[in-house]
Amino acid sequence: MDFLPATVPLSWFLILSAILFTLGVAGFLLRRNIITVFMSIELMLNAVNLTFVTFSYRLKQVDGHIFSFFVMVVAAAEAAVGLAIILTVYKNRSTLEIDDVSSMKL
Amino acid sequence: MHQLWLIPALPFAGFLINGIFGRRLKKPVVNAVAIGSVLLAFFWVVNTLLSLGSLEQPYVERYFSWIASGTLNIGFDFAVDRLSAVMLLVVTGIGTLIHVYSIGYMSHEGGYYRFFACMNLFMFFMLTLVLGANYLVLFVGWEGVGLCSYLLIGFYFLKQSATNAGIKAFVVNRIGDFGFSLAMFLIFIQFGSLDFQQVFAKAAGFSPEKGVGMITFICLLLLLGATGKSAQVPLYVWLPDAMEGPTPVSALIHAATMVTAGVYMVARSAALFKLAPVALDVVAYVGLITAVLAATIGLAQNDIKKVFAYSTVSQLGYMFLGLGCGAFSAGIFHVMTHAFFKALLFLGAGSVIHALSGEQDLRQMGGLRTKIPVTFTVLLCASVAIAGVPPFSGFYSKDAILVAAYGKAPWMYWVGVITAGMTAFYVFRALFMCFFGEYRGHAHPHESPLVMTAPLGILALLSLGGGFINIPEFLEPVFGTLHEVHDQSLVYISVAAGLLGIGLSYLFYVLKPGLADSLADTLGGVYRLVLNKYYVDEAYQAAVVDPLVDGSRTVLWRGIDAGLIDGVVNGTGASARGIGGVLRHLQSGYIRRYAAWVLVGSILVIVAVSFTGGLK
Repeated sequence: MDFLPATVPLSWFLILSAILFTLGVAGFLLRRNIITVFMSIELMLNAVNLTFVTFSYRLKQVDGHIFSFFVMVVAAAEAAVGLAIILTVYKNRSTLEIDDVSSMKL
Repeated sequence: MHQLWLIPALPFAGFLINGIFGRRLKKPVVNAVAIGSVLLAFFWVVNTLLSLGSLEQPYVERYFSWIASGTLNIGFDFAVDRLSAVMLLVVTGIGTLIHVYSIGYMSHEGGYYRFFACMNLFMFFMLTLVLGANYLVLFVGWEGVGLCSYLLIGFYFLKQSATNAGIKAFVVNRIGDFGFSLAMFLIFIQFGSLDFQQVFAKAAGFSPEKGVGMITFICLLLLLGATGKSAQVPLYVWLPDAMEGPTPVSALIHAATMVTAGVYMVARSAALFKLAPVALDVVAYVGLITAVLAATIGLAQNDIKKVFAYSTVSQLGYMFLGLGCGAFSAGIFHVMTHAFFKALLFLGAGSVIHALSGEQDLRQMGGLRTKIPVTFTVLLCASVAIAGVPPFSGFYSKDAILVAAYGKAPWMYWVGVITAGMTAFYVFRALFMCFFGEYRGHAHPHESPLVMTAPLGILALLSLGGGFINIPEFLEPVFGTLHEVHDQSLVYISVAAGLLGIGLSYLFYVLKPGLADSLADTLGGVYRLVLNKYYVDEAYQAAVVDPLVDGSRTVLWRGIDAGLIDGVVNGTGASARGIGGVLRHLQSGYIRRYAAWVLVGSILVIVAVSFTGGLK
């Protein structure tokens, strides 16, 4: 396994994080199913978490860990609320198409 | 403690009872409350003055600190000295008599309890004014009596002319009160206090060499306040119109008490005026001009109350003449005697009006001498008193003023004497037109009830004998000794002028009744000028009121309010709506489009940060 360096360099983590984040953004923007959009958001949050943890490991500081725990807690809460909203929307509209739920516009 | 606060508190309690419950109370109860409270106040004044003794020094009661801010410390204080003692007795004494008289006069009027509530409130404020131990407490009373004057002038509020007169009185008085407020500010700047004792103590130690410009200015502003309240040139125009109110109000407020508040205030500030000879001269000139002007107008009026109203203005001018000549005690002496005989004139006129069921025009009267003899007798007493016939009250006080005027400048004395002649003429003209000759009206005259004639009788005695109370001597501890020119011929001349006025009046209106009209025809233009009160009201209307109303309408209302302010407000709204109209297109309602905007925004932020060299 010579083509791999002895330790994984920092940039690889960051590149992975960027790819995950971009996938999240793309999913968020392009998909129409609310569940998929929701999962894309989770993906973006986890991409950010990865960055935090990477830097925390590299800089030998605990702050990044704490931040990522915070993000997880918020994400969990968000998942609970978000899924409840999605359920309600589905009950009322019988659809999960995000563009059909646009009655707030003028 | 002598509980001075009880004096104004009693009428105030009467005001509260009648004002709040009066509608449900029976007339005798309203009467008992209104008159009882004022009568008790009178007794309390007498009791207090008796227990205070000679009052060589002012007696002060300090109740509480009212305003304390920095070096400004104003207490709610009452004080009595000999000056306020005179005023207190006049206000409560005459006030009681007029309240009693009102029972009869107002018996057929609506709003009975409202009338007495306002009268009691007036008494409260007037007594506060007189008792106040500093300028601000005085000012509270000063404004309060103005309010009551407004309420009572507009008592018949369904009559347009009455409400207009009330508003006119209020607005004209604002001009004077503006001067008074400025004067108070300057007094505080100059002396660091508004307390009478402190201000006058500092004024006494003031050396005129340091320049009296400031003091003169203060005095002129005080005078402006006094000209408003006491109806002097140029602010006298409200008083004749104030006759729209019920006659007892004219007697109490617009003859005997409130209008003399200006005289009282100037006399109270004598220590300041003595430092400012220029201001004192102005006081004398204002008084003299007012006295002459109002007397000439009074010669030609046909409304009995208007004649007496202009007479009041003229007599107030006399008081100011006295003050301006340095004879402060003579001015206050005239305040007192004038209160007696002018209250009597108005109440007598009210009795005539009552007898004729509301008729006020002298041309519709005549021959009433035998029909209402009591009213005739008391009006005759008042007339001889105001005409300055010795030994009745007007003679003493007017004589004191005229002698003082001679001491200042002989020409002032002569103008004053001519005015005295005119005074006698117009008062007796009214008397002769009312009571002599043939009855020209259509009503059925009847004598007034005892409740009205009894106060008239008491006032008649006071008018006849009031001159024997030697007020100048009584006030010596306050103003110092009056320096009089002792020349008997001055007295004879002024008496002769008064008798001449009476004689001419008798000739014109009793012996040869046609003579007055033919003289009026001969004098044509002059007569019309006087009849129309020198067109002063019209001039004020054209010079002040119309420009103010038009300016307010076109510039302030249409221009600034409707144009500028509304324009700015509406413009803000319209522009917000316009911007919103453009920006609403961003609100598509599609979440993905919002997210795309967030993405674009984030990229722009990142780009911008990179261009500026990254985060530090």
